[in-house]
Amino acid sequence: MEQVLELKHIHYAYHTLDGETPALTDISFALNKGEFVSIVGPSGCGKSTLLSLISGLLEPEKGLIKINGKYLKESTTNVGYMLQHDELFEWRTIYNNVILGLEIQHMLTARTRERAHDLLDLYGLRQFESSHPSELSGGMRQRAALIRTLVLEPDLLLLDEPFSALDYQTRLTVGDDIGQIIRKEGKSALLVTHDLSEAISLADRVIILSGRPATIKQTIPLIFDLDADTPLNRRNAPEFKTYFNLIWKELNTDE
Amino acid sequence: MNNLSAEQKKYLLMHRRHKRIVSISRILILLSFLFVWEFTANVGIIDSFIFSSPSKIALCFFGMLMDKSIFLHLGVTLFETIISFLLVIAISILVAVALWFSSKLSEILDPYLVVLNSLPKSALAPLLIVWLGATKTTIIVAGMSVAIFGSILSLYTSFTVVDPGKIKLIYTLGGNRFHALSKVVLPSSIPAIISNMKVNIGLCLVGVIIGEFLAARDGLGYLIIYSSQVFRRDGILIQSTTSSYISQMLSLHPDVRPEKIPQAR
Ligand SMILES: Nc1ncnc2c1ncn2[C@@H]1O[C@H](COP(=O)(O)OP(=O)(O)OP(=O)(O)O)[C@@H](O)[C@H]1O
Ligand SMILES: [Mg+2]
Repeated sequence: MEQVLELKHIHYAYHTLDGETPALTDISFALNKGEFVSIVGPSGCGKSTLLSLISGLLEPEKGLIKINGKYLKESTTNVGYMLQHDELFEWRTIYNNVILGLEIQHMLTARTRERAHDLLDLYGLRQFESSHPSELSGGMRQRAALIRTLVLEPDLLLLDEPFSALDYQTRLTVGDDIGQIIRKEGKSALLVTHDLSEAISLADRVIILSGRPATIKQTIPLIFDLDADTPLNRRNAPEFKTYFNLIWKELNTDE
Repeated sequence: MNNLSAEQKKYLLMHRRHKRIVSISRILILLSFLFVWEFTANVGIIDSFIFSSPSKIALCFFGMLMDKSIFLHLGVTLFETIISFLLVIAISILVAVALWFSSKLSEILDPYLVVLNSLPKSALAPLLIVWLGATKTTIIVAGMSVAIFGSILSLYTSFTVVDPGKIKLIYTLGGNRFHALSKVVLPSSIPAIISNMKVNIGLCLVGVIIGEFLAARDGLGYLIIYSSQVFRRDGILIQSTTSSYISQMLSLHPDVRPEKIPQAR
């Protein structure tokens, strides 16, 4: 299997004048091409830090990260990182927020503009293209932020609790959609979430992190015996509950 | 828009009434002040030689309008103020951007900026004349000296309070520090820049008038000094009101709210 992402013995600590906050210790795992992996762990354990390291915003103190076989610094792979907060700019319209990445990477063409409009349409934001972020609900804002990431057509997607501001219903549909899109287009994704059922319904594997400083407690492959392996079908499958209990127990045991 | 509910109509009516009361009261205050001044001066409660009176001022102003001298002085002051204002804005934005780019530089220079900002600038004006001579340049520099350091400090502060999450977003989208500046820092500081401009136009005017006090043969500051030397209180008062009126006019502005700002490209 081709590896999109490979992490080896990653360590990271935050340094302030008050002292050192170790966030990650000895994290190693790999992500195969087309694989969807969820990361769960207690709040403040270092999940966002892990994604920042993979996206190159932070540099690991020890260990190495490879993307498509190349060191992170030399990698040309398009990595899409969707932050925990939507960070939409109030002085831009929704459409102009969505094309921010295209603008920065000088990729604004008739085709990419078209794609931005199509995605806005697909996620029910067409009428809000020329609205400003404050006129949108939390869920709509998060969809706009997701489109801003997707319109760059990343090969590897890093999602930091992308659905947390959505209401339950939208959360299921958007989660389902994203899952399908990522699978259909053969993309690989790393999803950080607090929501165990979301992790189980979307992913091929769940990585469970310990409390801060995070280490990998366990990796649980998810295998469902389904004809149509969709998030919704998974939620109704008998294995769902078994996995839920397994992960829940693992999260709540202290070594 | 025509089928407004009764409550909405009532609300609009109340709002209009409120606005009317505010503007009528403002005018009444001015009129009664002028009346009391004129009355006490005429009756002799205050000395009209020292305090002048509205009617004398009006006459004096009329005289200046007739011989067109007021326009010359007004024009000169306006010109000097606008030049120094434009220079202050351009320089302070450039310096604030440089400080934002290098946090080291800004930390090093911070105490100097604070000290320079708290200098009594009117005391600086005589020095400027010695250094630069009694020219228009001196007056423009005097105007700038009053505003520039405070302007740099306040712009830089508004640059630094920009949400770090928004800057992080720029990096996740593949941007660099220049993108952070042009896409986040400058657009989100536009309200701060505009309010900074409003303060600065007034400060530049003050600086220019101080400069004219000392080193000019025309301009409102020169008129004020000239009138005070020849004991024309009405003259001083006219020029002082005119100059505060200019600063009012110059800082007239449409209401600027962040969401109304067109996107910066
Ligand atoms: N800039 C920083 N400076 C110092 N410490 C930090 C910084 N950012 C994060 N930390 C610390 O590192 C730890 C991990 O932070 P991180 O944001 O990765 O957690 P998280 O797992 O994403 O949490 P959450 O689930 O709440 O989003 C936290 O305990 C936090 O206190
Ligand atoms: Mg987080």
